Amino acid sequence: MNLIEVFFVTLQSTLGDVLPLGVFLLGFQLLVLRQPIANAWRVVRGFIYVLLGLSLFLMGLEKAIFPLGEVMAAQLTNPAFLYGAAASSVTTIDWQDFGWVYVFAFAIGLATTLAEPALIAVGMKAEQVSGGAVSAWGLRLAVSLGVAIGVSIGCYRIVTGTQLWLYIMVAYSIVIVQTMRAPAMIIPLAYDSGGVTTSTVTVPLLAALGIGLATTIPGRSPLIDGFGLIAFASVFPIMSVMGYAQMSRWLVLRRERKQQEKQEVDDAI
Amino acid sequence: MLKVLVDAMRPLLEAARDLTPIVLVILFFQGLVLRQPIPNMEEMLVGLVLVLVGLALFVRGLDIGMFPLGESMARAFAKKGNIYWLLSFAFLLGFGTTVAEPALIAVTGKAARIAADSGMIASTQAAMDSYANGLRLTVAISVGTAIVLGVLRILSGWPVHFCIMGGYVVVVVMTMFAPKEIIGIAYDSGGVTTSTITVPLVTALGIGLATSIRGRNPLLDGFGLIAFASLVPIIFVMAYGMFIL
Repeated sequence: MNLIEVFFVTLQSTLGDVLPLGVFLLGFQLLVLRQPIANAWRVVRGFIYVLLGLSLFLMGLEKAIFPLGEVMAAQLTNPAFLYGAAASSVTTIDWQDFGWVYVFAFAIGLATTLAEPALIAVGMKAEQVSGGAVSAWGLRLAVSLGVAIGVSIGCYRIVTGTQLWLYIMVAYSIVIVQTMRAPAMIIPLAYDSGGVTTSTVTVPLLAALGIGLATTIPGRSPLIDGFGLIAFASVFPIMSVMGYAQMSRWLVLRRERKQQEKQEVDDAI
Repeated sequence: MLKVLVDAMRPLLEAARDLTPIVLVILFFQGLVLRQPIPNMEEMLVGLVLVLVGLALFVRGLDIGMFPLGESMARAFAKKGNIYWLLSFAFLLGFGTTVAEPALIAVTGKAARIAADSGMIASTQAAMDSYANGLRLTVAISVGTAIVLGVLRILSGWPVHFCIMGGYVVVVVMTMFAPKEIIGIAYDSGGVTTSTITVPLVTALGIGLATSIRGRNPLLDGFGLIAFASLVPIIFVMAYGMFIL
């Protein structure tokens, strides 16, 4: 009973998201473009699937993954866990004491980004448009690794209390250098994946982790320091996607060169 | 018969593959690092099944509903050839999907509290509300503007990296001058604007346009709209902070 009630509440809020969009699209289609929708029934069915799917997805997250993730983030950043019995006598902060926090940040960044619905959508399109040259799974893995690395570094920053803009500036300088060297076709996709990562699944868990960390460490403000993690999660995927393209191009070139060398040796013989 | 069954199961299997890492991370940390039993095992399992079915349905819905509609509308606009309608469509799409976004409402509320705590605005409810609403409107207008700029880029075929890098130079310069309280919010507002419903539609719009305009490559020109939508809000919000605070 309770489950059904929760379902209807979630459905209602998702409907609030999807319905205005549907009305807006329909309005433009009928009043401005003045055409019937091709396969109208199929499209309507698709929208119903999206609506139902997103509601179930969010409901399951709220029920299972968010509460547990938040409890885990709180436990991992708890001084009693970090310092053991000597918690009360600790006066200085050593970034090395937070080892498990970085590992958790990495793991949760990787795992949640792989399940991010918006990224799945972009991956599907990228594979289709590139005719398979960019694989959906490879792209998503690259983005997830980027988020994982970014979030770990973001946690390190909260622990050490260094300035956010320093990191961001260095990160964007690397992005600019990579942009000049990476294959042209990956660049728009790489920039897009920076924005895609931070939607439904990743943000609440990262926010819980950031706020937990900033609360534990004296001298950090949960409101100001907790926010920065998301910025890290949007810059690093840009680097990792371009890196993925650079690496696969390099591998292809190396294989070709090897084959050529082999050919030359064969010819000489 | 078997083939039909396999086809029906495929989205579920893919969703299961996507969710396995989360389950593994939870089991690992809960069991080996924190050494605690998982609370409410039954609830957890129900939740996981819901997430699984939800993800499978969502992906199927994108495939048959959202992607085809977005692309066919983009093609129809390109064929109609009226740029003003296309640009107003783009602006309203960005503005409309952002202004009511729950994540954005939450973030601007928090931002108002930070500003009030540090004494940048009066800590009355009215002052905080007006600040939060101003911020929300700023972000929504900036996303609308971003989609318009992104569409103009697709029409003109400028390379995306010049626009984005130019944008980031602006961001970096503004970061040095903007009040400290607004910077974190500004960077975050770039992230929250791209919701799960908006991303597929905007992607389909870009690819549809790039496919129907001659001389544009869908891979080179079709992507990049989301990048604009995450960049422009940072600039607008920092400008708002410099103006108001």
